[in-house]
Amino acid sequence: MITLPEVLSLAALLFCISVAGIFLNRKNVIILLMCIELMLLSVNMNFIAFSHFLGDIHGQIFVFFILTVAAAESAIGLAILVVMFRNKDTINVDALDSMKG
Amino acid sequence: MIEQIIFYLFGGILLLSAAMVVVMRNPIHAALFLVLSFFASAAIWLLLQAEFLAITLVLVYVGAVMVLFLFVVMMLDINLVTLREGFAKFLPIGITVAVLMVTAMGLVVGADYFMSDTYMAIKSVGPDYSNTKELGMTLYTEYLYQFEVAGAILLVAIIAAISLSMNKSKITKSKKPEDQVFVKKQDRLRIVKMQSEPNTKNGESEA
Repeated sequence: MITLPEVLSLAALLFCISVAGIFLNRKNVIILLMCIELMLLSVNMNFIAFSHFLGDIHGQIFVFFILTVAAAESAIGLAILVVMFRNKDTINVDALDSMKG
Repeated sequence: MIEQIIFYLFGGILLLSAAMVVVMRNPIHAALFLVLSFFASAAIWLLLQAEFLAITLVLVYVGAVMVLFLFVVMMLDINLVTLREGFAKFLPIGITVAVLMVTAMGLVVGADYFMSDTYMAIKSVGPDYSNTKELGMTLYTEYLYQFEVAGAILLVAIIAAISLSMNKSKITKSKKPEDQVFVKKQDRLRIVKMQSEPNTKNGESEA
């Protein structure tokens, strides 16, 4: 039988791997977007674990909305990526400095 | 027991493929490993009796979002060497942050806070239980407005993605309303004086 701490530990490890991925691949926008998807996946896994172990369906509703918003976010992010590649000929994050922030 | 074996098998696959997403040199390989991690987590969600969301994860994420990722990765001509520059430099700080977060989360999750009887009671459901039906009953009653807002968000995403990535000068034949308003009669209409043609039979031309 699975217990709740096992699932929570798995989600926590997944989240930490994706945070480390954001630190390591800070130049590549595509990998950054993939790491954000992995983070959302780990959060969804927490929601589903609590929904299962508390017997409450509302956690799964939240996962549904998170999936919706994540799909919209990745679609817009990839569109911005394509526009950036068209204008700058690279997807390096360091090239995004035209506003001198 | 068999559940635990399946959980640890797919959890191991999930963590390994997530690590491969992070360290892979080629973005195409990273995207394919991300697909593998989505499949593994869908299996774990099935184990946690969230059948509808597991299928949704495979259909929506693997079927649509990851195909979009692969499409974009293959469409762009990326110089991989410059993108990998900071990898070795940021490896120590990345590992440090990851280990710190694992320690902090492990102190919360691994302790006895979640081992109480409240969290151990798994409601065993019969074979006629439908996860999809219960999800739909809640979604279309209690969360109806939120559902409609989610639809609006998807519509905004569609319009934003199209308008961002469209190359306006080449593809579209869009109208300019300001030019249409300011048009005069002599811009469009030209009256030509000419003599009337003699009436000819059909098909027969005057030589």
